[in-house]
Amino acid sequence: MKREGAAQALPGVVPPPPMTGPADIQSGLAGQGYVATPDLAMALHLALQLGRPLLLEGAAGVGKTEVARALAQWKSCALIRLQCYEGLDAAQAIYEWNYQRQLLAIRAHAEAGETGDAVEARLFSEDYLLERPLLRALRQPVAPVLLIDEIDRADEEFEAYLLEVLSDFQITIPELGTIAATTRPMVILTANGTRDLSDALRRRCLYAHVDYPDRATELAILQARCPQVEDALAGQIVAFVQSLRREELEKKPGIAEMLDFAAALAGLGLADLSDDPAILQAALATLLKTQADRAAITTEVAQRLAGKAA
Amino acid sequence: MRGAVTRFAARDPGPAARIVGFMAHLRDNGFRLGIAETETALAALAATPADEASVRGALKTVACGSVEDWARFDAIFDSYWRNGGRVRTRAVPSASPAHTRNSRTAEGRTGASGSKADAPDSDGTGESENGGEGRLVATTITNRMKKDLRELVAPEDIRAAEQLAHRLGLALRDRRSRRSRADRRGARVDLRRTIRASLATGGEPMRLAFRQKPDRPVRITALVDVSGSMTPYARPFLAFLAGLMRADASADAYLFHTRLVRVTEALRDDDPLRALNRMTLLADGFGGGSRIGAGLHHFATTHARRLVNGRSVVIILSDGYDSAPSDELAAALERLSRRGCRILWLNPLKGWRDYAPVAAGMAAALPYLDLFAPAATLEDLAALEKELARL
Repeated sequence: MKREGAAQALPGVVPPPPMTGPADIQSGLAGQGYVATPDLAMALHLALQLGRPLLLEGAAGVGKTEVARALAQWKSCALIRLQCYEGLDAAQAIYEWNYQRQLLAIRAHAEAGETGDAVEARLFSEDYLLERPLLRALRQPVAPVLLIDEIDRADEEFEAYLLEVLSDFQITIPELGTIAATTRPMVILTANGTRDLSDALRRRCLYAHVDYPDRATELAILQARCPQVEDALAGQIVAFVQSLRREELEKKPGIAEMLDFAAALAGLGLADLSDDPAILQAALATLLKTQADRAAITTEVAQRLAGKAA
Repeated sequence: MRGAVTRFAARDPGPAARIVGFMAHLRDNGFRLGIAETETALAALAATPADEASVRGALKTVACGSVEDWARFDAIFDSYWRNGGRVRTRAVPSASPAHTRNSRTAEGRTGASGSKADAPDSDGTGESENGGEGRLVATTITNRMKKDLRELVAPEDIRAAEQLAHRLGLALRDRRSRRSRADRRGARVDLRRTIRASLATGGEPMRLAFRQKPDRPVRITALVDVSGSMTPYARPFLAFLAGLMRADASADAYLFHTRLVRVTEALRDDDPLRALNRMTLLADGFGGGSRIGAGLHHFATTHARRLVNGRSVVIILSDGYDSAPSDELAAALERLSRRGCRILWLNPLKGWRDYAPVAAGMAAALPYLDLFAPAATLEDLAALEKELARL
């Protein structure tokens, strides 16, 4: 940046600490075994710099959830995960009172002869509050990574509630008052398009679309995650999976499936994909997860793809 | 191909204005961006290394909000910042959009997403080229002759349809809610309220409070095919549409033939006959050809993005005779069903004996339908009440 250049030119002025750029994020995540594309690294960089939530969209199995895990490991902070589902509500996402304990406490206090305001104040105190992921994320001493996974599975009421949390980073509990965030969590939302998200939510977030990796990236991922696989076989595996994704399949194999496939082949002691059709066909169980897909990739098709990959 | 970097006029006010100009350029290309996004873009650039790849990536992550945006962004970026070294006379578009367009066409640039003029027969499948062979085929020819819908629909039809639509609206409740609300009777004990109330009785939960899953009203969206092949059924269907609009304030209505028009506002007119008159004016081309696939695709990509959600029921009233290839229809329906809505297709031909959905369009549509039922008259629609309640 120009500003930094000017600062360095002045004698005696200490240059500002180097700004962490997208390249640092890329190398940092690579240290955790995650290979990020430049687009994704830039999105993460801006999300960290601007303190904005990041919405990651893409097909299942392209490593959206894994980003959050790698980021948390790299920053050595907690990863707090909220898995969304239809009907998810405030009691499961934010906080809930521990009613059973409250009931017991009321009894105990009544027997001890206590009544009135003192009891009520004690019942609605921190001791009886059950933290759920969103509240927990706001009360961490070190800013955590908050992963809101598959937000498109939650219904719209929850999406609206989330907007409030994501814009103010505070939560109001009627009995306790407003709890402001001690640290601002790094928020990552993932969606894989089971429904369109509201514009309001999209506008709050930075956006990145994660696609299936290209050949070189996928090879790098395989080598980072499964170093025990021989280079020649790794190349074949990646080429095979890439060509498999181009076939007409109901459910295309993701990166996790590719890694399972590689681990399976390595475990079965195969050195070359086209060596043993029976083993290859058995190992396809890790890649193809529906009956129709298994039927579509017959031994002949698998051998043709393996032959091209070799 | 990327051209050389755009040069800006000397009187241009600077980088911030250029970013504002770029955001306006994106907006012209259908990106939904507000002032807040421009601020974010400037903040993002301040936190970004100043090389082209980084700037491109930073603006991309700020400006995009969907897969479609993500795919189109690079071309739009190039067209603004790399237009072959031509001088861009104005970084900030002027207030009048018409003028902006003029100044841009003068530079010899076309928008990245130029919309295709929707001329009949533009795809060469129309009968004017193939020659009519007297078969029962859908046509792409827009009917120039105007038909007055008032001749087709009688006021008493509308009154009957209004009652019918009201009943159908009640039948179509959404029972999938997993949320619960405080209720006097219900399946689950509301511990929160019970404990609160128990404080008054010394901690004894004497009175239990309950929670119940509420039914939600659904939003009905009706799309009526008014192409030539549907003319015999126009009377009940248009009456139904008019009645639906009067019975349900949240319902939404569209007509389609070779184009798709939203008639919701027109049909909300207090006077039912005047409403039909307004609809006639909107539905220019009534009784002409049918392009169901294109119409539904237009619906799925524009109106549906705003107005259809998981609690919507989309009712399509059509015979399924489409002049366009059937995969277009299937793709549009798939897109629509991805929004989580339920899709009902009411086909007047299905009531015929020995009818099989062999029209290519109808066959392609079947996998995406939650209900495929016959309906040719208002009575048929009324008979659907029970089936709708089961959905």
